[in-house]
Amino acid sequence: MTYALEISALKKTYKGGFQALKGIDLTVSQGDFFALLGPNGAGKSTAIGVITSLVNKTAGQVKVFGYDIDTDLEKAKSFIGLVPQEFNFSQFEPLMNILVNQAGYYGVTKSVAIERAEKYLKQLELWDKRDAPARTLSGGMKRRLMIARALMHEPKMLILDEPTAGVDIELRRSMWNFLRELNQQGITIILTTHYLEEAEMLCRNIAIIDGGEIVENTSMKKLLAQLDVETFVFDIKEGTAVSKLEQFVKQSPVITYRLIDDHTLEMDLNKAQNLNQVFEQLSAANIEVQSMRNKSNRLEALFVSLINKKSRARQTEPQSAVVGVN
Amino acid sequence: MNNSIALKSILTKEIQRFMRIWVQTLVPPAITISLYFVIFGSLIGSRIGEMGGFDYMSFIVPGLIMMSVITNSYSNVASSFFSAKWQRNVEEMLVAPVPNWVIVAGYVGGGMCRGILVGLIVTLVSLLFVDIQLHNIWVIIATVVLTSATFALGGLINAIFAGSFDDISIIPTFILTPLTYLGGVFYSISLLPEFWQGVSQANPIVYMVNAFRYGFLGISDVSLVTAFAVIIFFIITLFIIAMVLISKGIGLRT
Repeated sequence: MTYALEISALKKTYKGGFQALKGIDLTVSQGDFFALLGPNGAGKSTAIGVITSLVNKTAGQVKVFGYDIDTDLEKAKSFIGLVPQEFNFSQFEPLMNILVNQAGYYGVTKSVAIERAEKYLKQLELWDKRDAPARTLSGGMKRRLMIARALMHEPKMLILDEPTAGVDIELRRSMWNFLRELNQQGITIILTTHYLEEAEMLCRNIAIIDGGEIVENTSMKKLLAQLDVETFVFDIKEGTAVSKLEQFVKQSPVITYRLIDDHTLEMDLNKAQNLNQVFEQLSAANIEVQSMRNKSNRLEALFVSLINKKSRARQTEPQSAVVGVN
Repeated sequence: MNNSIALKSILTKEIQRFMRIWVQTLVPPAITISLYFVIFGSLIGSRIGEMGGFDYMSFIVPGLIMMSVITNSYSNVASSFFSAKWQRNVEEMLVAPVPNWVIVAGYVGGGMCRGILVGLIVTLVSLLFVDIQLHNIWVIIATVVLTSATFALGGLINAIFAGSFDDISIIPTFILTPLTYLGGVFYSISLLPEFWQGVSQANPIVYMVNAFRYGFLGISDVSLVTAFAVIIFFIITLFIIAMVLISKGIGLRT
């Protein structure tokens, strides 16, 4: 089957010599919900820029639904809907005009464009603002406007670069639901985000990019299976004696606990252990747990470990490779 | 892909833009031109007497209309395209399957619409001061359309290279305005010494103003054929430059 996106040996060197992409290979299947993660400056936005033709590549090949951007650029572009990281619409135009004009750039007639604009503005709760200039919208509304704009030509692939940056939790969750629905309708979605919880909740496959190279490219399931240790935080019922907790921490066999404050315990659980053991020990010590949570997002822990591993590998590279040929 | 819909979208967006801010785009030329008529036409013009066989007011009307067309065609595209770059909404077109010629034609068409509309407004204002005669309506239409296209293309190229709002005012201030004032709007170049007549012939605006004046009054300092040849040469050259710049993504793509 043709891939939604196929990238081979993609390189980008900016003026001044900075190599943003060092020959990346990546495939995204049709209908996938794909996460492209990486720290700031890793090359995510450059890769998206090349795919959407906003950045000229130095070398390599990019195909969108089988169409090469070097030979069939217009065809390739017609499949893509882009939600960029920064607001890039005219601040002075009313929402309706922005959407209808955008559809027009893709050859959508005005009558169809008006129907679609109504549909997406209603779905994204912007219909009341349809005649307002874009500058009057709140940050969250502007993000939703960019999603509506990217959907106006009904693309087969939607690329979202940090779509929920600066959006409150409630709105973020409603946007997640909206994106899930789009994906269920068959739209391939590629997402970059700093909220790793977002990637974990939404995406089936993932690539991690760092220093212009892909350091991991696998399914979310396989990636999370690599996680050795998870940290849990227990809120202990108020009134429990601190001395009792201190004694429990000291005497606990096998599982290591840490007392964070007078009523908070923290523990690391590896793959060989399970939460039943933990609760048995707590019950035996007559310690009541009020609530429990993951200390950090699971994907976040893996992400940090992969990026650190990469960074250590770079530091230990032979000196000649770093400074070049002498 | 239906390019006519994309072209219509860009054109509509451009027309909506200058109509939305009509107080900034359509009113000032009418006021400026009224002042020209009062000062150069009524007050000073009555002491100058005839020029080219016509009273001074009638002589300067075509030049003043053309001056408005040139300025507005140029500045519309320069400011609109640069704003689109600055706000980055030019990316809306760059990520879409819009051929480069459609982008050029859409913006140039928008500039021409504003230039010609302002030209019409100025013509109506001038009717308050002078009886306008028509010698050849087709020459008038052809000249105004081609001239507005030339300067809209110039404005587009200026905007492509511009890195700041200052950059889109440098060319109009230091090149366009002097060329317009020295382009025979207020005088016949036949009044100049021979050397300066020769120099004036290197000014493309001389050809545009004179062709336009011919359409109204039937007089011109240059041959009509030469005038149209010069204008068409500039249109073709500027169009090729604009296409090359946009295709290479100069100032637009990283």
